[in-house]
Formats: sequence, C-alpha cells, structure tokens
Amino acid sequence: MARQTDMARQIDTVVNATDNQNSRRVRLRLSLLRRSVRSNWNIFRRNKMGIAGLVIIGFWGLMALTPSLFFATGLWSRGVYDPVTGLETDPPTRTMIMVERITDPRTEIDQRAVLLDNRIPSGLQLGDTFKLPLQPAPPDSRHWLGTDPLGRDVLSQLMHGARSSFFLGILAATVTVVIATLIGSIAAYYGGLLDAFLMRLADLLIMVPGLALLIVVGSVVTFQLWHLALIIGVLSGFGGTAVVMKSQALAVKVKPFIDAAKVAGGTGRHIVLYHIVPNVLPLSVLYMMFTVTAAIQSEAVLSFLGLMNVDTSWGLMIQLAHTQGYLLNAGEFWWLVFPAGLSVTLLAMAFFLVGRGLDEVINPRLRRPT
Amino acid sequence: MGVLFLVFLTVTWFLLYALPGDLIAQKFAGNPNIPPEARRIALERLGLDKPALIQFRDYLVNFFQGDLGVSFSQYPRPVIDIIAERLPRTVVLFLTATVVYYQAGFMAGKYLAWKRGRHSETLITVGGVGLHTVFMPWFALMLIWLFSVQLHVLPLSKFLDPVEWRDSPFIANQVFMRMFQVAAVALAALFLFKWVVSRRWFMVHVSKLSNHRWGSLLRFALRWGGYTLVVAGFFGYWYGTQTGQAMRGYAGDIAHHLILPVSTLTLVNFAGVMLLTRSSMLDTMREDFILTARAKGLSERVVRDRHAARTALLPIVTSLTLAVTTVIDGGVITETIFSWPGMGQILVSSVQSEDIPLAVGAFSFIGILALLGHFLVDILYGLLDPRIRVTEHG
Repeated sequence: MARQTDMARQIDTVVNATDNQNSRRVRLRLSLLRRSVRSNWNIFRRNKMGIAGLVIIGFWGLMALTPSLFFATGLWSRGVYDPVTGLETDPPTRTMIMVERITDPRTEIDQRAVLLDNRIPSGLQLGDTFKLPLQPAPPDSRHWLGTDPLGRDVLSQLMHGARSSFFLGILAATVTVVIATLIGSIAAYYGGLLDAFLMRLADLLIMVPGLALLIVVGSVVTFQLWHLALIIGVLSGFGGTAVVMKSQALAVKVKPFIDAAKVAGGTGRHIVLYHIVPNVLPLSVLYMMFTVTAAIQSEAVLSFLGLMNVDTSWGLMIQLAHTQGYLLNAGEFWWLVFPAGLSVTLLAMAFFLVGRGLDEVINPRLRRPT
Repeated sequence: MGVLFLVFLTVTWFLLYALPGDLIAQKFAGNPNIPPEARRIALERLGLDKPALIQFRDYLVNFFQGDLGVSFSQYPRPVIDIIAERLPRTVVLFLTATVVYYQAGFMAGKYLAWKRGRHSETLITVGGVGLHTVFMPWFALMLIWLFSVQLHVLPLSKFLDPVEWRDSPFIANQVFMRMFQVAAVALAALFLFKWVVSRRWFMVHVSKLSNHRWGSLLRFALRWGGYTLVVAGFFGYWYGTQTGQAMRGYAGDIAHHLILPVSTLTLVNFAGVMLLTRSSMLDTMREDFILTARAKGLSERVVRDRHAARTALLPIVTSLTLAVTTVIDGGVITETIFSWPGMGQILVSSVQSEDIPLAVGAFSFIGILALLGHFLVDILYGLLDPRIRVTEHG
C-alpha cells in the first residue's frame, strides 16, 4: 500500500516534471516569439507608409463592425438602413415649377422630362409648383453619405462592403498561404519528379491571365464570395506564391537542423510540417498581404462587370452608379462615385503598404541604411 | 510552349463546354416554342450529341484548322473573323502601353532609388502605390469624366468617330494596320539608333573626336540628330506621301481615340515597374562595385545609369513575365470601359451575352498572347543576362 502511494507520488512528480518542462518550453517559445515580434515591430515601425496602411486597415475593420452595433442599439432601423432592402421613404424634395416643354427639334423628346423619368405628376398647368423627391439624395443628417438611386443609404452599403471585402481578402489570403507553403515546402524537401511536376504547374498558372479566366468562368457560374476566394487562392497558391515559397524552403532545407532532424529519425512529413513550414511562414505573411490586395480588386472588378452574386460590395455600388449614368456626372453626384471607388483603392492600397513594410522587415537589403 | 498551349486549350474547353452541361438546353430552356425536333437537329448540327471526348477531339482539330465555330451573338459571323478583326487593335494597345510604361517606370524607379529619403520620394511612392492598387474601372471612368466630360479634349470611348468615317475610302483596319506599320518602323529605327549610340566602339570613335574643339557639340548633334531624323521620317510619311496624306485625317482620329486607353493602361502598370526598379536599385546600390565606380571618380549619372541601372534591370525583366498577365488583365478592363473593340472587350461582352464559342475563341487567343509575351520576355532575358545565354559548350 505504502509502496503504491510511493509509486503514485513518483509518477506524479514525473508528470509534474514533464509538465514543468513543457510549460518551460512553451514559455521559452513565447518569450522568443515576443522578442522577435518586438524587434520586427521596431523595424516595421520605422516605415511610415506601413504604419499608415495598418491604420487604414484598422479604420476599415471598425467600419465593418459598426453596422452590427448600429442595428443592435437601434440607431439604425433595418427598414431604412439595410444595405440591400433598405429604402428611404421620405427623401428630401426639391420644389419645381412647371414651365413650357422644351423639346429637342430633331427627336421631339423633352429631354428634361426624360431625365426626370415619370416623376412629374400628371395634369399640371403652366406655373404650377410641385415637389420632386430627390433620389439619389445628397448627404444630410440622416444619411451621411446620401442615398443611391434606389434610395438606400450609401454609408451603410459602404460598411457592409468593407465586411465582404475583408471576408474575401482574408479567406483568399489564407487559402493561398496554406497551399503555397505546403507546396513550396514539399517541392523543396522531396525534389525530383514531384518538384518538377509542381513547378511546371506553377509555371503554367503564372501564365494564366487571372481576370480573363475569372470572367470566362463567370459566364458559366455566378460567383459567391467564397468561390472567388478559392479560385484566387488556388491560382496564386499553386502559382507564383508557391515558387517564392519553394525558393525560401530550399534555403531552409540546407540548414544543419534539418540534417539533425533527419538523423534523429524524423519522417519526411514531420520535417516538412514541423521544421520547414514554420521557417517559411514569416515570408508567407508578406504574400498574404499582396493576395488580399489582388482579391479585393478582382472582386470589385467582377462585381462591376455583374458577374458576382453578392449582396453588397463596393464594385456593385460603382456598377449601379455606372449603369444608371451617374458616373460620368461625378461632379454633381460625388457621393455615388467617390466613396466606393476610393474605398476599394484605399483598402487595397493599405494591404499593399503593409506588405511593403513587411518586405523591409524580411529583406534587410531594402532597409534604409542607419 | 506547344505543350503548354495544349494544356491551356484543354482546361479552357473543360471549363466552358463540360461545365454547363447541355449548352442547347441552357440556350433555349426558357423558350417553349422550340420543338424537340428542332432541338435535336440543333444538337446534331453543333455536334453536341457525341460523347465528350469526341467533341474535344473535334474541337482541337477544328481549332488548329482555324475553325472556331460561329458566334451566337453576331450570328452568321465565324468567330475567327471577329478575332482577326479585333486582334491587331488589342496588340497595338498592349504594345504601346507596355513600351511606354516600362520605359517610364524604369526611369522613375531609378530616380526614386537615387533620391532615397527625400520628400519627393515619399510623395512619388505613395502616388505610385495608389496607382498600382487603384480600382481600375473606376479610375478609367474618372479619367473619361475628367478629360472627355469636363475638359472636352478627348473622345469618350470607342475606336473611331463614325461620323467622320461616313464617306471614307478606307476600311478602319486598313488605316490602322498602316499606322501600326509606320509606328513599328519608326520605333525600330529609334531603337537601332539608340543601340548604335550606346555601343562602345561608337563611343570610342566619337570620343576621339571629342578632344576636338567641336567634339561635344558633335556628340550632342549625333545623339539628338538621330532622334530628330526618326521623328521627321515619321511625320514625313503622313505629310509627304500620297497614301499618307489621304489617310492622315482618319489615322489622326484613331490616334485621338487611342490616347486615353493607352494612358490608363500605362499609368496603372507604370507604378509596379517603378516600385520594383526602386527596390532592385536599392539592392544593387549596396554592391561593392558601385562603391568602386564612385571611388573611380565617375559622375553620379554614369554610376547610376551605367553601373547600377544595368545590373538592376535583370529582376525587372524577370518581372515582365508576371507583368504580361497583369497587362492583359488590365487591358481587358481598359477595353471594356473604353469600348475599345479588342479581344478583352469581346471577351467580356461575349461572356455577358452567353456567346460561348466567341468567349472560348477570345480566351484562347488571349492565352496565345500571354504565351507569346512570355516567349519574348525569355528571349529578352537571354539577351540581357550573359549568364543564362545558351552556349556551344553548354
């Protein structure tokens, strides 16, 4: 009995020891991580443009979260501010006076009546005044960025658009990075026929004009956001990014610790997953940023061409403004034209800037000599 | 190359013919007036009743015989006809834009790397990144808005002004091809001259003269005289020869329509090259040979252009490989926005009108363009980098 408790105690201490060891190892890892993050952050911080990019991303992140808050607190009602079905039922009006019709002598069409598309009440006499509801309405206290031609709030659409952009960008980037890191590491570690095959595949994919391909595929399928994310992720993950990851993995492969792991009896899968992948991951973060940029832009372009099946997106907003003819009237209807267009540009630019900042962290030769 | 193209065709075919399943059903599904008899005949005529692999074989055989089927949206017109009409326009757009943006981007990048840390650098970099990541359709439309709607200096869109061409003795493509030929000859002459001037033997001979009192003047005259000659020849053709005079007005109209699309494509792509040149230059400037060159007392301009930029050029040429697809993608958008009747525009419009034969044809030829672009870049790279030149001894 006494021996048993003794043994139990012994086992207990052993377990405790490994526990301690484990937690010490974890702590060591954490402190190493913290130190490397801090030193890299110090390098990154010097790049003002990278910081600006981070700030912009943060801003849009907040913007993407705001509508949920507004709907929950009742600040916005679903009926008016919903990005898809919302409708401003009480738009601002402008008082007009009925004057004599002026028709174009060639076509005999009253051009202003055409522009006002049936919104003039019938049976008016000359000199009568009437109120014309303005839709799209310019910004006022209720709609900070005005409403679109369908009477929906532009700001709300913008915020929801940010949400889909983030979702798409991050999903596409994750898919790319996962595929590219694995493919690159495997190709570099195993080499031979597998490597040759994967790299020829990458060469092929690099040559595919992505947008043209997406447009062609768009003729058969209407894209959901995640379809698009997957396609972009696969194209870039098996293509250009994989090549970069492979070259990085090749540099890792010749390091002594890989040999050590081999000697210790590590299988190929173990070495690839636990020794090569963690060492090429930092570089992949950089390519994540560039993939996000590409994904945001592809989505906007495809929505603009009407090939996407999304509720709200910035590309869709531009498309609406374009097809309804407001885009070439940008001076007058600026709130339909500039917020959405600039948002796409700004967010894409922000990720690109962060990517450039990270590039300087990873590639010391780009840094400014101190 | 050939193999790659075959793979490309296969993928395209499977994407477009295999995915939608019954093409005819899709086309006529909403139309109850089509009797099953007629549908069967249509299926047979289009060969869609055969098994998929036979269809694929027929498609490949037909493709290499130049038979791409008949367009649905412009019905009796064969696809190959439409493509033959549109292809030159796209090629010209791409070539012009590529030459311009590449040159401009390289020069700007050189300057940027040299002026590291100044305010102008930050400004240009931010502008460049903005252009690089701008939402292209929107940007193109804003340019149209600015230059055509507000300032009225450039045409809105399209390839030519139909009113001016109403009683023209020429077909648009005739004039266009002539423009292309003249521009190509002029450009070739320009590059030949530049090449001659940059050769060492030429410079040595001229430097002998440059000890003479008029030497520097002579060098100046040689350098700029050649350029003037090329430009004079270019205008001489349009004003001096008979065909040139007759075509001049029409050519001018096309050129006028060409300005905005080319500048859009150029502006958007230029920034990428600029940023890359900058980082490549920064890389090179840390090399010892730059220090040596400076220590030799060479002027900053010579160090920059002859020593740093030449070395920095290699990664940029490599990036052209990637840029080929970017330019094509950008071109598709540009053509769509400007209604420039090229390959990209038919790609988009055929996709939107579900004209599948035309879409496949356009996409295949865009693929050919991409492949050719890569091939050219490979050759160029071999010319520039002595290390990868193929030698007799391997």
